[in-house]
Amino acid sequence: MTDTRGVAESRLDPDSGADARPMRVWKFGDDIDTDAIIPGRFLTLNNPDELAKHAFEGTRDEFAGRVQEGDMIVAGKNFGCGSSREHAPLALIGAGIRVVVAETFARIFFRNAINVGLLPVVCPEADAIADGAEVTLRLSEGYLEAGGKRFPIKPVPAFMQRIIDAGGLVPYARDITEVPLCTK
Amino acid sequence: MAPVDGAMIHDITGPLAIQKFYEMGGERVFDPERIIMLFDHQIPADSLAAACNHVYMRKFAAEQDILNYDINAGVCHQVTMEKGRAAPGEIVVGADSHTCMYGAAGAFATGIGSTDMGFVLKFGALYFKVPETIRAMVSGRFPWRVGPKDLILSIARDIGADGATYQAIEFCGETLGSMTMAGRMTCCNMAIEMGAKAGIVAPDEVTWEYMRGRRAMEPFTLASDPDAPYAGSRSYDVSDLEPQVAVPHNVDTGVPVSRVAGTHIDQVFIGSCTNGRFEDIEEAVGVLGTEKFSPDVRVIIIPASREEYLRALTAGYIETLVRAGGLVEAPCCGPCMGGAFGLLAPGEVSLSTSNRNFRGRQGSTESEVYLCSPATAAASAITGVITDPREVP
Repeated sequence: MTDTRGVAESRLDPDSGADARPMRVWKFGDDIDTDAIIPGRFLTLNNPDELAKHAFEGTRDEFAGRVQEGDMIVAGKNFGCGSSREHAPLALIGAGIRVVVAETFARIFFRNAINVGLLPVVCPEADAIADGAEVTLRLSEGYLEAGGKRFPIKPVPAFMQRIIDAGGLVPYARDITEVPLCTK
Repeated sequence: MAPVDGAMIHDITGPLAIQKFYEMGGERVFDPERIIMLFDHQIPADSLAAACNHVYMRKFAAEQDILNYDINAGVCHQVTMEKGRAAPGEIVVGADSHTCMYGAAGAFATGIGSTDMGFVLKFGALYFKVPETIRAMVSGRFPWRVGPKDLILSIARDIGADGATYQAIEFCGETLGSMTMAGRMTCCNMAIEMGAKAGIVAPDEVTWEYMRGRRAMEPFTLASDPDAPYAGSRSYDVSDLEPQVAVPHNVDTGVPVSRVAGTHIDQVFIGSCTNGRFEDIEEAVGVLGTEKFSPDVRVIIIPASREEYLRALTAGYIETLVRAGGLVEAPCCGPCMGGAFGLLAPGEVSLSTSNRNFRGRQGSTESEVYLCSPATAAASAITGVITDPREVP
């Protein structure tokens, strides 16, 4: 059955190495949908490493073979639109991606990424960053650095930051016995 | 966080959700009676891996006393609606992006990922950001052979693929008031194609009539406050609306059918949670009349559920479609998700009543998918090229 061993729970931790170390950029455009990230025919797979072998298959075939641990995705608007398949962020994690930067994210992908330990970073000027660039993420300072330039990033909502701080929704859920409910 | 009234899981996203439930330390689900399980994306199992996923979910359902419709009921969203598992005023989540369809029942319904669903299975609640709302006011009467799918494709073009991200879209106005539940489902279903968190139609007599027999509830009034602030308000008049076709490879590309008429097609798919209901099949059969489908086109018709299938069967529509040369398959997602069957080869073109035409969605990344209404699909299936349904007698 399914096996997601290897999905570290601390990958969102700014001190884990995602922060301050230069990352090589894979640049994508607008409206990158989750069918493009991982096509439907591979959704019986649930292991990130297996999924990673098919990431962007048919739309950017060189990705799966050449992506390296610690590379970064930089995209335009509406990254991760379409299907709710969590296999999409898992495939990127399996490929060694820790951080996805985009001008904007589709809602479900944004949540899924935070929940599984892939850091989605909103950067309104992401389009100015080139394919293959070396980018350093300065999370605590609130910007990306590329080619000597600084690109401001937006903070995540406070509640989602708590999930990030916990290392994802699974460890967050393990640490609580009941949920803080709002009344309807 | 907010409590959820209902949760839906299916064969693609369910296994991961169950796994996350266990990883979170889950032992018993929060309330088995609020959970619905079914298989629709890869049924009957189309691979060994799919078969194993089905077995894993069946075992979970049995252990947790969850009602599992297995491969027998149809497409998840249609089944959730017709079993009365989404009702006015409820918060319903589903591990599938088109969960927003239940807004047709006046529910706040939204699609979530598997880890979110694992959390819901354990706690019966989830974290939400309350969305702002865009109001889509629709007026006018649909012209002949123009309907809800044409409306929602034109709205998607107007709002754009990310124009409603993290927002809800409230569909209202006289046109919605006179629209059937089937049409409202088509509209709410595609709210996600504009990035929306939810689509919703305020419950009215049509809604409560639909709920009758599906859910023991007394009708009540549920509507936006007259002075409710909206993030935006848009008006649409369908009186002069033409049949719309979304061209490859995005959903917000709708154009009048005349702009793409004559385009060669290899396959037509009539079905999906968007347009696989009795009313959609009736619309297609109405255009088909006594004609036959083009021998050069593969015409795949899939009722969205067993209930819809039986209605179409009783009405004689299934026999009409089969005699015309169509392939009628058992209720499932079919070619819409590009996994189970009906895949497209490089260079092939599909015309589909489903909801997405992303590159590679229905097979090869070198194939193309156009989206349209059941009427346009049927007219085109007769001629073998994209055809304006108003030009078929």
